[in-house]
Amino acid sequence: MLELIVISTLNGVLYGMLLFLMASGLTVIFSMLGVLNFAHASFYMLGAFFGFQISRWIGFWPALLIAPPLVGAIGAAVERYGLRPVHKNGHVAELLFTFGLAFAIEEVVQIIWGKSPVDFRVPPLLDFPAFTIFSTNYPAYKMFMLLVSIVIFAGLLITLKKTRIGLIVQAALTHPHMVGHLGHNVGRIFMLVFGVGTALAAVAGVIAGPALVTQSNMAGLLGPILFVVVVVGGLGSLPGAFIASLLIGLVQTFAVSIDGSLASAFGPLAPGYKNPFVADIWNVTIAQIAPIMPYFLLVLILIVRPMGLLGKRES
Amino acid sequence: MRKLMIAAAFALPLVGGTAIAQETVKIGYIDPLSGGGASVGEIGLKTYQFIAEELNAKGGILGKKVEIVPFDNKTNPQESLIQAQKAIDSGVRYLTQGNGSSVAGALSDFVTKYNDRNPGKEVLYFNYAAVDPALTNDKCSYWHFRWDANSDIKMEALTNYIKDVPSIKKVYLINQDYSFGESVRTAAKAMLAAKRPDIQIVGNELHPLLKITDFAPYIAKIKASGADTVITGNWGQDFALLLKAAADSGLKANWFTYYAGGAGGPTAVKQANLNHQVFTVAEGFANVDNAPSREFEKALRAKYDFSLFYPRAVNEMRMLALAAEKAKSLDPVKIAAALEGMEFEVFNGGKGFMRKDDHQFFQPIYIASLGERTDKEPFDEEHTGWGWKQVARIDTPQTMLPTTCKMDRPN
Repeated sequence: MLELIVISTLNGVLYGMLLFLMASGLTVIFSMLGVLNFAHASFYMLGAFFGFQISRWIGFWPALLIAPPLVGAIGAAVERYGLRPVHKNGHVAELLFTFGLAFAIEEVVQIIWGKSPVDFRVPPLLDFPAFTIFSTNYPAYKMFMLLVSIVIFAGLLITLKKTRIGLIVQAALTHPHMVGHLGHNVGRIFMLVFGVGTALAAVAGVIAGPALVTQSNMAGLLGPILFVVVVVGGLGSLPGAFIASLLIGLVQTFAVSIDGSLASAFGPLAPGYKNPFVADIWNVTIAQIAPIMPYFLLVLILIVRPMGLLGKRES
Repeated sequence: MRKLMIAAAFALPLVGGTAIAQETVKIGYIDPLSGGGASVGEIGLKTYQFIAEELNAKGGILGKKVEIVPFDNKTNPQESLIQAQKAIDSGVRYLTQGNGSSVAGALSDFVTKYNDRNPGKEVLYFNYAAVDPALTNDKCSYWHFRWDANSDIKMEALTNYIKDVPSIKKVYLINQDYSFGESVRTAAKAMLAAKRPDIQIVGNELHPLLKITDFAPYIAKIKASGADTVITGNWGQDFALLLKAAADSGLKANWFTYYAGGAGGPTAVKQANLNHQVFTVAEGFANVDNAPSREFEKALRAKYDFSLFYPRAVNEMRMLALAAEKAKSLDPVKIAAALEGMEFEVFNGGKGFMRKDDHQFFQPIYIASLGERTDKEPFDEEHTGWGWKQVARIDTPQTMLPTTCKMDRPN
């Protein structure tokens, strides 16, 4: 039992940090620009595929350095030539634009790399068990993922709260005209923020690609859960996203390890009682519904605390 | 004159249409060509096209060219019915489909009703991969023929093998949460209990279909249960990610699977470095010691970047040609009658036959493991360097299971 608790905690933290790695970019873009970027997971996928391609040519480490700026540049271009003209038509148009963009990116990836998973491997340097606990190995690579997430979290927080750049960026969000009058190019600030946000997604992509599967539907798989993280944490709150990621990681992991069902709590249904609908609910285990727990949490949060755990305003 | 021209304009395409229809045998291939199942559906389509080319090179069916007409069903039962109607409207009399038992159930039902309502225009449904046992048991149809061994037959073969491996003591079942996964775990539980009552089933898990990105929590659970063997019907990414997580945590267990040979499967096994620890149950694989099938494999690989995952598709198409010759007709009703009870030398060698009672094809079933190759295994999989090695061959009579089908035959 202790074994399962310790290992589930570790797994939960690892998964949570991976979620945060992806959600950080999304939350930065939202808190700065107020754009809910539906295509965020697609940039994450682009990062994974760029990382895969570059690591084929010149190795994983250069890929980790080159792929995010590349994706960031694409993101910046999307902001400059796509989002900015669309912005005039309001938030709904922006939403629809990023929504369509997600499909377009998926199609392009399918055309170039096909629909099957590609063989993206963990670099040999990190391909060993970091430590063994209760005879379960913990891959060094996952520890590396953990480290990168923490570094990014700290780096972002410091940049936004303590530096001049962060100050201007935050000011540009609430008082764009004032910032403009002070001689800053607000358009360029927005473009940079969007670029940085998508580059963060790409970092997550390059790092998660070898750990999970790099495939053209990977964006669709992680897209919805990212929004759960951002909403539960509080739209636009970086520490909120951090806490929400960990929370969701832990909830989901622990739920999987619980085999309890209504039947095991209250005993099986009377043999004569054959309503299949009730029987289904009665016998379903918590492990079986684990993957919908985050969405359940999302609904609950929206009802009880619509601004999210650490959100500042109702939205 | 003008009236005549208008009449001709309407009549000519009709004449042309029927002329073309008579020259080719159209097979409607209804499977996902977009969305999550597309990678699998595309490989299937190319496989069928390759088999059709092979048939055409030998003169086609009754001298007519075979043409595979693709229809994209997005793995969706409703969409499949629309596509089936579209196929029938364009002159297709033979439908083939494989991905998803939910789709297969809907199609079988649709074809049965269609044939009831349209006597003289009957359509046949050839199922090459949907393995829900119900399709040839309580939901069987005269117009449905299945070439893949259903999941109970595969489990029968697997458990017959497991029966004789005394080192297997604790088994963990992990499957996808839908009708197929449910039938795998039910069959595994019942058959293991009957054949090896000493085996302990230490876990019986269902997880959502194609939604999990990190299987580490499931692997932790398998590990905590002390299982030495895992049985899974998982396919696609659910298989690849499961193995990846197992490799990461260093889980030492044997894997008995249905679909380790599917697209992406061998790559995942190699990445997980599970040398000859992952077993698959299938009606054939590339390295079966059989000269004609190896020739075929070579030719397929020379043209496409994948191996033959569907020996059953070859059986299906060749038997269709044979049935047409036997019936001396391309009328689906006569072909259905000719297929019933037909004996056939299968693609990988050995006797197979289409059981009249339920239209389930029975054939030798193989169990193979993936790993390093010797001289006996010329083919590797997905450029991994690893190939399938035969572990056991279960001959046709030992794969026969009773059926509950009460076939409703047309008069």
